[in-house]
Amino acid sequence: MGFFKDLLSKLKFNPFARKSHVKLGLYGPPNGGKSTLANRICQDWLGEEMSTVSHIAHETREIKIKEQVNIKNKKGKELTFSLVDTPGIATRIDYEDFLKRGMKKKQAKERAKEATKGVIDSIKWLDEMECVVVVLDSTQDPYSQVNITIIGNLQARNIPVLIVANKVDLKKSNIDVIKAAFPQYEVVGVSAKYGKNVEDFYEMLFKVAK
Amino acid sequence: MVTFQFIPFQEIENLGSAKRVNKLLNIVKENKIVLMEGRLKKQEEADLIEITMEEISPKFKGIELSVVYPNKSKQDFGQKVKGTFANLLLGDRQGMTIIGPASVVKRIEQNPNKIELFTKEAKTPPAKRYRKKK
Ligand SMILES: Nc1nc2c(ncn2[C@@H]2O[C@H](COP(=O)(O)OP(=O)(O)O)[C@@H](O)[C@H]2O)c(=O)[nH]1
Ligand SMILES: [Mg+2]
Repeated sequence: MGFFKDLLSKLKFNPFARKSHVKLGLYGPPNGGKSTLANRICQDWLGEEMSTVSHIAHETREIKIKEQVNIKNKKGKELTFSLVDTPGIATRIDYEDFLKRGMKKKQAKERAKEATKGVIDSIKWLDEMECVVVVLDSTQDPYSQVNITIIGNLQARNIPVLIVANKVDLKKSNIDVIKAAFPQYEVVGVSAKYGKNVEDFYEMLFKVAK
Repeated sequence: MVTFQFIPFQEIENLGSAKRVNKLLNIVKENKIVLMEGRLKKQEEADLIEITMEEISPKFKGIELSVVYPNKSKQDFGQKVKGTFANLLLGDRQGMTIIGPASVVKRIEQNPNKIELFTKEAKTPPAKRYRKKK
């Protein structure tokens, strides 16, 4: 049997592989660390970056896709997915917030406009997703309506969800609050920035993305 | 001063999704806070955010949304997403939806029996000073 499996995988036809090409979306409110996690995944498995990261919200204003990301787990299972980094979902965008970050008025207004388009695209793309990782900043209160709306919409579409409680390297991080808020979902605490606990995240992906 | 506008469920009950969402958003754009009996469908919540984003301008900065679920404590948040048997029977009539303009409402916090609206400090004109006569 093992011989067969090896042979088949060499022939690029492996009926034992769980799923060949999953569209995996990264969702969540701005600044949770979606792009940082996207980069972590791409660094770990492709050796390259994918998105730019910034402490200023709405750095990602367009959907970014990385095709053919292949990950393996300890048991040798493989999962190939298209990784989709989204701008995320927000209900408010104020160009004056960008002014406060030192942008010129014209630039700030342009960025706000792009950011609104990014949110619209993120919502439109929901239907395309086959699995979604909701990235939350674990130093923040998870009981926000945006989080409920995102997860509720995924639930209504029967899309499997994995919740990442990001930024566990920070003192204020609290995974338990997130677990209590979403008891029926898998929650995994990581630090996307420093690579802490990402192994568990990959294992959990295999479990959820079936 | 803030103004609340109450929308009974029957006012939106027979409207299609697009009309529902537009009706609510139009009130919010008049700088009023919507207090709606019942809840929107999940897809309508997403539509509401989408249309809000389309309408954002230097004057209209978006919304703050909060959905109050019937007899659920904060800890029972999971049920809010799943929906209970009672919800199936009573549909979306239960609970309450609050939608405020982002320029007025900074944040809405829900504790089990308490809803807190954090409003932006109204910009009152500086107090008049008595000018010395030249
Ligand atoms: N301390 C800490 N900061 C992080 C972590 N992940 C992301 N950040 C920071 O959070 C900010 C937003 O990250 P970004 O990936 O752009 O968030 P996105 O808007 O969800 O894509 C940036 O300043 C990141 O450096 C983390 O695990 N720990
Ligand atoms: Mg990003």
